Amino acid sequence: MTDVVVTGLGATTPLGGDVTSTWDALLAGRSGVSRIEADWVERHELPVKIAAQLAVDPSEVLKRVEARRMDRSEQVAVIAAREAWRHAGSPEVEPERLAVVIGTGIGGAVTLLAQDDILENDGVRKVSPLTIPMLMPNGPAAHVGLEFGSRAGVHTPVSACASGAEALAWAWRMLKADEADVVIAGGADACITGITLAGFTQMRAMCTTHNDDPERASRPFDAARDGFVLGEGAGIMVMERAEFAAARGAVVHGRLAGIGTSADAYHITGPDPEGVGQARAMRAAIRSAGLTPSDIDHVNCHATSTPVGDVGEAVSIRSAIGDHPILTAPKGSLGHLLGAAGAVEGVAALLAVRDGVIPPTANLENLDPRVHLDVVADEPRKAELIAALNGSFGFGGHNVALVFTAA
Amino acid sequence: MTEEEILESLADIVEEIAGVDANEVTSEKSFVDDLDIDSLSMVEIAVQAEDKFGVKIPDDQLAGLKTVGDAVGYISSNISDR
Repeated sequence: MTDVVVTGLGATTPLGGDVTSTWDALLAGRSGVSRIEADWVERHELPVKIAAQLAVDPSEVLKRVEARRMDRSEQVAVIAAREAWRHAGSPEVEPERLAVVIGTGIGGAVTLLAQDDILENDGVRKVSPLTIPMLMPNGPAAHVGLEFGSRAGVHTPVSACASGAEALAWAWRMLKADEADVVIAGGADACITGITLAGFTQMRAMCTTHNDDPERASRPFDAARDGFVLGEGAGIMVMERAEFAAARGAVVHGRLAGIGTSADAYHITGPDPEGVGQARAMRAAIRSAGLTPSDIDHVNCHATSTPVGDVGEAVSIRSAIGDHPILTAPKGSLGHLLGAAGAVEGVAALLAVRDGVIPPTANLENLDPRVHLDVVADEPRKAELIAALNGSFGFGGHNVALVFTAA
Repeated sequence: MTEEEILESLADIVEEIAGVDANEVTSEKSFVDDLDIDSLSMVEIAVQAEDKFGVKIPDDQLAGLKTVGDAVGYISSNISDR
């Protein structure tokens, strides 16, 4: 079976409007979290007044008419896909051999809410005929597919916060099965609004204690963490069959060497505290990469900064891999990008292997004693890496693990 | 309202919704073939035109408005001059 190589990277995140600015900010341990300047925060008396909002608004990048025809989740997907495609050298590929797989956790919820307001206030004839294509969760993938003329298949995994990672896994399977030569894959979400913040808050999943100190709110693995910070953005990779990339002389930035997926069947939102399902996904990914746990020297963690989740993940890592890997938790800087998280963090894991440096975990001051693993804090750490594992876990009990190796 | 004034206002609506330069929106142009406007945008243009000109454009009439000139003519003959 073919190897799967990564030839293009794209992202727009709370840390920057592209991969370079995002990666630089991760290495510097900067936070992308800030106060939300919208009237609905006070109107609804929301306990959460902060979020990880895009560093560069899509309206600064897209043409006006492009922007008005797309939901924000679609806008970020298109922006990141354009960057990744350029980065890959705009591959010449038969449309029937080009696929798109872009996941989302929520999709076009902001459009749904806005158009429902219009229906209530102004009546049916004012509702946009673009309402459905803007709210449908396959919209980000469909827009990217249209733009690049993909005809091998356009797909949308929806598995909450594992969606972006699942999209990369899906792309890997398509390439391994020889269903495409090139796949544009990743995740996108942009749903920072009253109802999502309220819903997550009612689950008691969000950080509500740092409204006046937003940059310190997201603190994965820290003893004082108390919930996640909602973010928005997109991450995209151009992935290819190794033979195809070699034939066109593409620059290879790394390989997606293996993938593993599993499900918990434990609780609709709570992670299995024993981490059995997560560990099973990790082991499957290592096995499919043809590696052993001792080869995994870095883990880019899902760690969302919730009290239960971070400890459960540490248990899974110790059980599936051991206590030797060097960990980082990018959500300290990025916040939680939901369906984009796994894709953006996959980009970070790949860059760590390529560049031999692991970003610090922002706001990690006192490591939770129940974690007792080597988590990078304060400063980036240089290390020659053989393989990095990225884990993503979603409400619904979805577990995805990806193993990246050097070019 | 003269046909020239209607054309000018309609061109602004087309530019706002479809991003076509208003100067390109001339009488002989076909919405679909020349201006590349899809059926979804046509619905938005019709709703805005109804509000702007105070006319009704039922779906069966909208389908017959192939060119910008067709639309200007339809609006002109249905507009109630105040």
